[in-house]
Amino acid sequence: MGTDILTIRDMSIHYDTPRGTLKALRHVNVNVPKGKIIGVVGESGCGKSTLISSIIRLLAPNADMASGSITFDGKELYDLSEDEMRGLRGTDISMVFQDPMQTHNPVLTIGRQMTDIQYRDDKTAEQKKARAVEMLTQVGIPDPEARLEQYPHEFSGGMRQRIAIAMALMARPKLLIADEPTTALDATLEVQIIKRLEELQADIGCSILFISHHLGVIAELCDEVVVMYAGEVVEQGSVREVFHSPQHPYTKALLECDPGHIKKKTRNLPTIPGEIPNLVDVPPGCAFAARCPRVFDECHTKRPAWTQIKDGQHALCHLAAKESVQ
Amino acid sequence: MTALLEVKDVKVRFPLGGGFMSSIGMAPKTSIEAVAGLSMTIEAGETYGIVGESGSGKTTIARAIGGLHHAQEGSIKFNGTELRGLDESQFRPLRKDISMMFQDPIGSLSPRLTIKSLLTEPYKIQGMKDRDLEAEAKRLLGMVGLPADFAGRFAYQLSGGQARRVGVARALALDPKLILADEPTAGLDVSVQGELLNLLAGLQNKLGLAMIIITHNLNVVRHITDRMGIMYLGRFVEEGLTEDIFSNPQHPYTLALLAANPEPDPDAQLARIELKGEPPSLIMRPGACEFHPRCPFVRDNCSVGESPVWDTSNPVHSHRCHWPGQHTTA
Amino acid sequence: MADTENTKTRGEFAEIIYHLVRDPLGCTGFVIVTAFVFIALFADFIVPYDPIGLNIKDRLQGPSAAHLMGTDQLGRDTLSRVMMGSRVALQVALPTIGGAMFIGILLGMIAGFGSRTVDNAIVLFFDTIRSFPTVMFALAVVALVGPSLTTVIFVIMMTSIPTYGRVVRTQTLSLRNSEFILAERSLGASVARILGVHILPNVMGPLAVLAAMDIPTVIGLEAGLSFLGMGVKPPTPSWGSILNDGYSLIRNTPWIIVAGGIPLILTTLGFTFLGEALRDVVDPKLRGTK
Repeated sequence: MGTDILTIRDMSIHYDTPRGTLKALRHVNVNVPKGKIIGVVGESGCGKSTLISSIIRLLAPNADMASGSITFDGKELYDLSEDEMRGLRGTDISMVFQDPMQTHNPVLTIGRQMTDIQYRDDKTAEQKKARAVEMLTQVGIPDPEARLEQYPHEFSGGMRQRIAIAMALMARPKLLIADEPTTALDATLEVQIIKRLEELQADIGCSILFISHHLGVIAELCDEVVVMYAGEVVEQGSVREVFHSPQHPYTKALLECDPGHIKKKTRNLPTIPGEIPNLVDVPPGCAFAARCPRVFDECHTKRPAWTQIKDGQHALCHLAAKESVQ
Repeated sequence: MTALLEVKDVKVRFPLGGGFMSSIGMAPKTSIEAVAGLSMTIEAGETYGIVGESGSGKTTIARAIGGLHHAQEGSIKFNGTELRGLDESQFRPLRKDISMMFQDPIGSLSPRLTIKSLLTEPYKIQGMKDRDLEAEAKRLLGMVGLPADFAGRFAYQLSGGQARRVGVARALALDPKLILADEPTAGLDVSVQGELLNLLAGLQNKLGLAMIIITHNLNVVRHITDRMGIMYLGRFVEEGLTEDIFSNPQHPYTLALLAANPEPDPDAQLARIELKGEPPSLIMRPGACEFHPRCPFVRDNCSVGESPVWDTSNPVHSHRCHWPGQHTTA
Repeated sequence: MADTENTKTRGEFAEIIYHLVRDPLGCTGFVIVTAFVFIALFADFIVPYDPIGLNIKDRLQGPSAAHLMGTDQLGRDTLSRVMMGSRVALQVALPTIGGAMFIGILLGMIAGFGSRTVDNAIVLFFDTIRSFPTVMFALAVVALVGPSLTTVIFVIMMTSIPTYGRVVRTQTLSLRNSEFILAERSLGASVARILGVHILPNVMGPLAVLAAMDIPTVIGLEAGLSFLGMGVKPPTPSWGSILNDGYSLIRNTPWIIVAGGIPLILTTLGFTFLGEALRDVVDPKLRGTK
């Protein structure tokens, strides 16, 4: 485990709601190895946002960590004081958000915002500015000196997301959490952002937790992938293993549904029939049982175990457990 | 025989807030051309895709056809009737034949109305009082595969996919001849996207209606459309049979869009094409070929001189490029 | 995971009352307001004494079994006067707020949905009224038509219009380009239908709160104007006149001002609770989340 920057073990997060206890995350396991890019994929309601908030310890007030632990760089995150945690955010752990139009303060220049976030560094104003220019150059913003004087509204969405990435990586964090950073952008701009992110990661050597619903991008960018469904991590492994031999039926179905996967023209696209279970009243067995094509009796009664398939590939499925025994 | 919809050289301009000086006539009024001369024909029962990125004018042309935006130039003929210049009361009877779907599945449903009221609104608006509204609501819900007890719910109680089905049902209520669907899969998960596209394809087959699908996602149009057009800065850069365009793209922008939808396979040969910079502003359109500042295969004559003409030598596959199909830098 | 409880076929109005009563604050507000309206309507039958009947020998008494809230300087029973005064309060509050809301909604929606010119004109009208001091305006009207309750109602109504109009206008502006309005337009809905069926229900929520909170202000204004001799004339009891009497007699007995203040505070709270609860309850999305 010494090679992981972030380890999440058996974590459950519950929300107290008027309709009952919403079990948003249940016994989740995630490893983020040092210097790797880990993709997190899952559809709406799978618990992606709760996972992110739990890592940066900014959970909603009605959330409760019912079990588990998060270890970051050898430290148990939930044992840190609030001050220590604040020290981590923005330096060792930083984030890029989905909507580039809302991540910047509209009344301050980009330059001001980029020097402000270096407040922890013992540098002169000149040095801070030089660092800002350097970062903007790296993310491919032309004429960075002049653009430091401009306000966020003078930049396009793609530019703003580059600036957000520059700001997130300025302190050379150990872990970057990128929450659907390209979803709000056009496809041709997405390509640019992915390329920059790849280059910067290679340069800084940080780990990236890359959340996306776009399987194609995950396949292209990430080393490993974590598949989430209805508040559980159902599979984790190298991108190649998971995409070529998915072990969990949900992963398999999701890959089949991706339109990029379907080469031949068809008027009957694959789907996953049914709906995600109610997370207030979670079924006792496997969360995917009701929609699973390979369901059998045990699936409805017993929660599957987190089973190692082969080195580095795990799945949360009775089938996987059975087959690995044989 | 006339086509169901004939759009010819349509231009839609939006005025720019020119400030005080222009409002009192001291400065010239400026405007941007969101749709800058677009033509297409759609036959009855055909599915047509309009693909483009944000700012390409795809939503604007749909709204111009649907009578929600005013087109300053050109002609939009539906079943032989000129739509451009009709006022709201003249347009109203035509709204039975042309129905629209909007991007946000939940946001496009009036939040204070129950699903039943939402579904029966089209009849009330069109003054069809003789209909049994209860039965119509039930029929429509059945058509899009929703249980009848959904009638009493509100939009916010539905998932994105369910709300989208309600949107489809509403669009079908008046038995239209043409549906304009703006990003019908926006905000839906992949597993639900497929369901929705299957539903649309099935209904379209059964009811024989024509459909225009507006999207930024090529994967959406690939399986469901017969023909498609790729829009860039308010014009088509390529138009033709969907299969032709996918197998033999002529314009570099089309190629870049195709490459931007990678297969979910880490071992796939990725030929991603990175376009330069950002889409230019509509206020300052580039000269010569409008795509040249971003084109990865730009050649000498692309950046100066004449802009490429709309080449219709192949009647089922047109394009606007000096070097069609030659995706290399000379 | 939609809540299936709400799919029961209950009428919209019954639904609102049902959820209102289930909310503790809403229920409190509902009870206070109902009591207030009941007392105002049936004051004639339930007052223990004649509210304007003099009884000099029992004057300035504290609370007792005979006079629960004591008596004033003329020996009139304060409780009876308070109960009777609620009638004036209601008489002023309902028409002023009702009228101001009606005109405010109308003008606000026209401003929000209409052309720039119409909008500018209506906003200018709002600002003009706003910038007029209420008392000066009242004095001018009184000079023209003479003092009466109707004058008070008219003046307060006119000066309250902008409060409602502005809220409605902002809401309408933010809704007019939303997708569901576009969707209605694409079906051919008329402007009247869009405003009435789709925009109005969405602006009513904030308005209900505003109106509920405005009621105490209006009652207070009536008291003030009556004090200046521009409203209700003695001996008709109103909460304003009771407070004024209590104020001048506070050295002799504090009971009058306490007795006159309590109903004002109670109705303020009652209408505020009711308004807040109403806002949540009329919005189906917020309904049942508390």
